[in-house]
Formats: sequence, structure tokens, C-alpha cells
Amino acid sequence: MVGMPSRHRSLALLAGVLLAQVLMLALEVKRDSRGRLIRVWSMGAVSPFEKGGAWGFGKVRGVWNHYFALQGTTRQNEELRTENDELKLTISQLQSKAAEADRLAVLLNFRQSHEKVPMVMARVIGASAGTASHTIEIDRGEREGIRRNMAVITPDGVVGKIIESYRNTAQVLLLSDKEGGAGAMLVSSRIQSPVKGTGEPMLSMSYVAAEDTVNAGDKVVTSGMDKIFPRDIPIGTVLDVKQGNPFKQIRVKPAARLDRLEEVIVLLTQEVVTFKNDAEAQTAQPAAGNSATSAAGKPAPEKP
Amino acid sequence: MNDTFELRGGESHIEVHKFFPGAVVGIAVLSLVLQRILPVYFPRLEILDLPLLATIYFGLSRRNPSTGLLLGTLMGIMQDSLSGPTVPLGEYGIAKTVIGYLASSIGSRLDTEHPLARFALVAAFYVVHQAILTVVRRLLLNEPEGWFNMHLAIASLVNAVLGVVLFTFLDRLRR
Repeated sequence: MVGMPSRHRSLALLAGVLLAQVLMLALEVKRDSRGRLIRVWSMGAVSPFEKGGAWGFGKVRGVWNHYFALQGTTRQNEELRTENDELKLTISQLQSKAAEADRLAVLLNFRQSHEKVPMVMARVIGASAGTASHTIEIDRGEREGIRRNMAVITPDGVVGKIIESYRNTAQVLLLSDKEGGAGAMLVSSRIQSPVKGTGEPMLSMSYVAAEDTVNAGDKVVTSGMDKIFPRDIPIGTVLDVKQGNPFKQIRVKPAARLDRLEEVIVLLTQEVVTFKNDAEAQTAQPAAGNSATSAAGKPAPEKP
Repeated sequence: MNDTFELRGGESHIEVHKFFPGAVVGIAVLSLVLQRILPVYFPRLEILDLPLLATIYFGLSRRNPSTGLLLGTLMGIMQDSLSGPTVPLGEYGIAKTVIGYLASSIGSRLDTEHPLARFALVAAFYVVHQAILTVVRRLLLNEPEGWFNMHLAIASLVNAVLGVVLFTFLDRLRR
């Protein structure tokens, strides 16, 4: 490099760095190695900040949103503003906690109504760093028994599966990712076909024969054939059906709110588990609200 | 040490800015962390590419193509590794390397302090960044990927507006 003009030097560096990355990319795709070491370092460096940030964001947002949501009422009572503001802040904090308790109560209710299913509740602390993938990061990892290919759900339905597990955190591939998917079947006709992510909010059901009958509004549940998701967990609802040859083109709206996940459940087993239906779940667990606090803590995972 | 020094090329001379110690690393890490946290609470903010904005800003300010492209590489590789195993290392890395190089090369030739210039540059760099990603996905990963859509146009404008605002705050980190 001695004697090379600085402009040429940076061009050579650019070419070198790009070539190295192209080679790295090609090697990774060919060997499917996925560069675990670099990813572990990156996650280790960033996840402590994320955990702190997620905690801070949750607190600030709860107070901030509710405070301003209540500002309209204070305009009608100018002379009481000072006194009211203090009360509103207190109320907003309580509302935030109540909303969180409601969400956790639903999770706890779900957990207690499926006591024999080993599962861990986890908080979402991060999303994908780019739009190339639909992943989330959760605050539970190998220490809680979470391993690759475990199912991740909410009481509403399937969320995705664990694709990488670190010591204290894990990454979840959402159903909506281009590489996401699950074995599925239509509730009404029991027709089986995988549901795949498209990189968009809606999912697609690709292999239903053109002569089969599928209607918008039909419920789609897991089939259990993928050995990841237990049978009969809701995946979504058929949004529309287009005739195709040899297969129909079916779009499915996910049952779980994949764009607004804050708490999820990781099933600590890859074996097929029979879930109770909703009616049984309700009678088995009449009240869970009192125990909401314990759901927020770290639940002891049950061994499969 | 002086606050700034100058690159002299012909009649024009352009300031090269220095930053407080740790500012570059701090902003780089913060941009990556926020890029992952914000969409959890505000899904619409997925449209932002904060690591790209940080790469552009430091490229334009430091005006050294070598450090610009290396910062871009680091940011891109980190973004790849934080995007999960489905995104191969190098996808964002290649795109941000080129952007880091272009930003610092342009920064060393033009005065990029004016908000309008920054707006235009960030919007253009965003489009170029997405174009490189598309090329990488189509040619190297054999993934079907569209070239242009309305989402790209909106995202480039949103990122450009945020860039102008953000760069004004980041200017305060200069020595």
C-alpha cells in the first residue's frame, strides 16, 4: 500500500471489504452455518441495553400515554388542573398496571388451564433489526430450558418458533416471516396444508387443491404434523380465496396480533400435546386475576 | 486539538469534524438498540433505518472514506446478526459498506451541512441502500425481490425528514 494515493487506498479497502462480505455470505448460505459466533457476540453486546430500554420504555409509555389521554378533561376544569394532574398521574399509573395485569391474567389463565403442558412466559424485548426478517427477541433463554424449534404462542394463537436460544434471551421467527410457517388444517373440512409466511402481515395457505371447498372466514388451526406446534392451536382465519391451478391461493389472517406482541408463551416441548378447548379452559380456571403478579415474575418451567 | 480541520481541494475547503470520545460508538450502539426496541412499542416505526442514518451522518461528517466504509460494515454486520439466522451475515453489511463509502466520499467533496442538502442526500442514500439490498437478494441469495414500490418512496422521505432533525442534534456531539 506504500505509495498508493489515499483515494485508491480507500477504493482498494472498499473492494476488499465487499469481497470479504460476499465470500462470507456465500459460505454462510452454502454451509448453512449462520455465523453463530458473531451473532452470539452481537446479541451479548446489545441485549443488556435492550432489556433496560424495554423496561424503561414500558414504564414511560404507560405514564405518558395515559397522562395525555386524560388531558382533554382537564381543559374543562382549568382551576383544578394542578390538583387534578397529580391524581391523573396516579390514575394513569394504575391504569397502565391494570392493563398489564389483564394481559398477564389472560396468560396465567391460559397457563393454569393447561397445567400439564410445560411452558414458560416471556416478555418481548426486541424486534428484528431490519425489515428483511420478522423476528422478535424474548427475555428468556437457555437458562429457562428454551431450545431451538420450540413453539411460541399467545392465548390468541400461534406466534412462531424459537430459531436461536442464548443464555438469557432467545429469538423467535414469526409466522409472518418469509421462512416462517406451520403445519395447518382447516377446522371445517379438516383439509391439511402448510401455512407459510409471506413477509407481509397476512399468511398464505399454498397447497389446497383447486377442487376442495374453502370459504372466507374458515378457521385454520395447527395440524401437529410439523412436530413443533401441538394440534388445534388457532393459526388464523381465511381472509380470501382465489381459484388457482392446481392449488387455490388462500390468504390467512393470523389469530395472534403479530405486530403487537408484548408477552408470549414458549412451549417447552416438541411433542404433540392435546390442548383443552376454550370451554374446558374456562371451567378449569374460573379466576386468575388475583395471581397476575406471579405471572409477571419468573415462572418455574416444568420439565417435559 | 482543533475542533475541526479542513480538506483543501482547489479553491474550496471543507471542514472535517471530530466528535467527543465514545460518541461514534455510543450513537452506533444506540441506533441498533432503538432499531430493535421501537417497533415493539410503535410498529409503524419499523419504516425507520436508524443504523443507516448513523452511517450516513458519520460518513458525511468525518469525510474519510476508509473509516466511513468500515463503520458501515460494522453497523451492517451487527444489523445482520441481530436480525436472526434467516438473514445471512453480509446482506446489510454490503449495503451499508457502500453507503458508508459513498457518504464519506461525497462529504469530502460537498458541503453537506445545509438541511436541504441533508434531506436530499439521506433520501437518495436510502434508495441506493435498498437497491443494493435488492441486488444482493436477487443475485447472491436468489430471492425474488421487487425493485420499486410506494413503500420505498414513503420510507425514503420519512427517513430523510428524521435524518435532518436527528443530524441537527448529533451536530452537538462535535468537538
